[in-house]
Amino acid sequence: MTEPVTMITTPMELTYQYTVGPVETQFQRRLKEGRIVGQRCPVCQHVYVPPRGACPADGVPTEEDVELPDRGIVTTFCVVNVPFLGQKIEPPYVAAHILLDGADITFQHLILGCPADEVRMGMRVEAVWKPREEWTFSMENIDHFKPTGEPDAPFESYRHFT
Amino acid sequence: MRDVAVVSFAQWRNEREHQGSPNGIEMLVPTMTEAVEASGIPRKEIGFWCSGSSDYIAGRAFSFVMAVDAIGAWPPINESHVEMDAAWALYEAWVKIQTGEVDSACVYGFGKSSAGELRRVMTLQLDPYYVAPLGPDSVSLAALQARAGIDAGKWSERDMADVAARALSAGAKNENAVRRTERTVDELLGLDYVASPLRKYDCPPITDGASVMVLAAGDLARDVCSRPAWIRAFEHRVDTQNIGMLDLTISNSAAKAAAAAGVTDDRLDVAELHAPFSHQELILREAMGIGDGTEVTPSGGALVANPMFSGGLSRIGEAARRIHDGTADRTMGHATSGPCLQQNLVCVLEGE
Repeated sequence: MTEPVTMITTPMELTYQYTVGPVETQFQRRLKEGRIVGQRCPVCQHVYVPPRGACPADGVPTEEDVELPDRGIVTTFCVVNVPFLGQKIEPPYVAAHILLDGADITFQHLILGCPADEVRMGMRVEAVWKPREEWTFSMENIDHFKPTGEPDAPFESYRHFT
Repeated sequence: MRDVAVVSFAQWRNEREHQGSPNGIEMLVPTMTEAVEASGIPRKEIGFWCSGSSDYIAGRAFSFVMAVDAIGAWPPINESHVEMDAAWALYEAWVKIQTGEVDSACVYGFGKSSAGELRRVMTLQLDPYYVAPLGPDSVSLAALQARAGIDAGKWSERDMADVAARALSAGAKNENAVRRTERTVDELLGLDYVASPLRKYDCPPITDGASVMVLAAGDLARDVCSRPAWIRAFEHRVDTQNIGMLDLTISNSAAKAAAAAGVTDDRLDVAELHAPFSHQELILREAMGIGDGTEVTPSGGALVANPMFSGGLSRIGEAARRIHDGTADRTMGHATSGPCLQQNLVCVLEGE
């Protein structure tokens, strides 16, 4: 007597070629040169980094390049304590939202160089780049951000990002 | 029921391979600007935004979220999305206006089919228990349907080539087509099979594209548009997803949608049919009772440009355009979804 079939596993695989759009392409080419270049919206004047095809608030292309420094502040963060498959760094470590000086939007990156429980909102940080010969078309050219030791930014200065 | 009209329509110039990202933003920003400006309704006053697209075409989850940048979503907007052709997003927008919550809506669809293997992506929409694991791709399924019709004596390979040749002639005149070269029926029949009995031009071309449409109700439509294309009927029906249970030589859902929409051949000037495979135009004509007095798919349709997830919306857009430009008084746009004409939507438009 045969067993009833109660489960089948049907693995499926699809391949895609992801094409980076023109604005992202330019951003990534500049990262390879060690530069972080955002773009400003002509309507609301906000500076976006990474730049996108359009300002999400106004729906118009952002065309003006804005060179940004590789330093800024932490607006919010998360301490990763849980190990997971594919994890590259041993927990605990900190994933944070970083607001570069002059930008109007944050992006996510790692904070290393201090104990995880010392990371706080408003903490001033600067990028630690990988060696130049390892640079590629990616934000991973920056290995992580570390605290600069300067006084924290006042809450009012980044309140609207929280 | 409120009177709702299409007041503007714009489409991206279709491409075989768009040099932009799969999130569609580069196609949508100018197309949306064109449609919204043509609508005469200020962007920030549009009441509802609704899109149609597919994560499986884009290769990532929540892929449509990136496209929302094209709208300018501040102050916060009333927005929705369907994982279907934007013709169904149009239906949702029409319903939203019927509720009285809003008086206008902008609908958009987009897709970059060239990024993946479309025929295999479409396999994933099939019944996951009995059909998808067999791995039938979209072209092979359409070929089964074409063969069933030939065996039943309903059409011949020459009939299919005839449809394809007419589409190519229309495409030659349509700058939004990606197939722009005319070919004779005999030339087409001389080509090898892609999946017997389908030859290359019986199948749609891989196409990247986007389109945008604006709807407005009652007096707002009359204020902003000199000749609104009024939606007189809007119906859609679904057949079973279990493909083994269907008579593939007919489409019940197309027939029912057309009947519910009151489509009769005598009164339609233009019927834009969304028939990605040549034999499917024959099935739809029969199912919907479209006669010789109606101009069928003058744009060339899916056989000359098949931007997935905006193609159906574009059929309705082409039908609306003929009302707007005064060259027709009563038109119909049709959209299909699912394998082998499994789901069908019919939108009947009239000038006042």
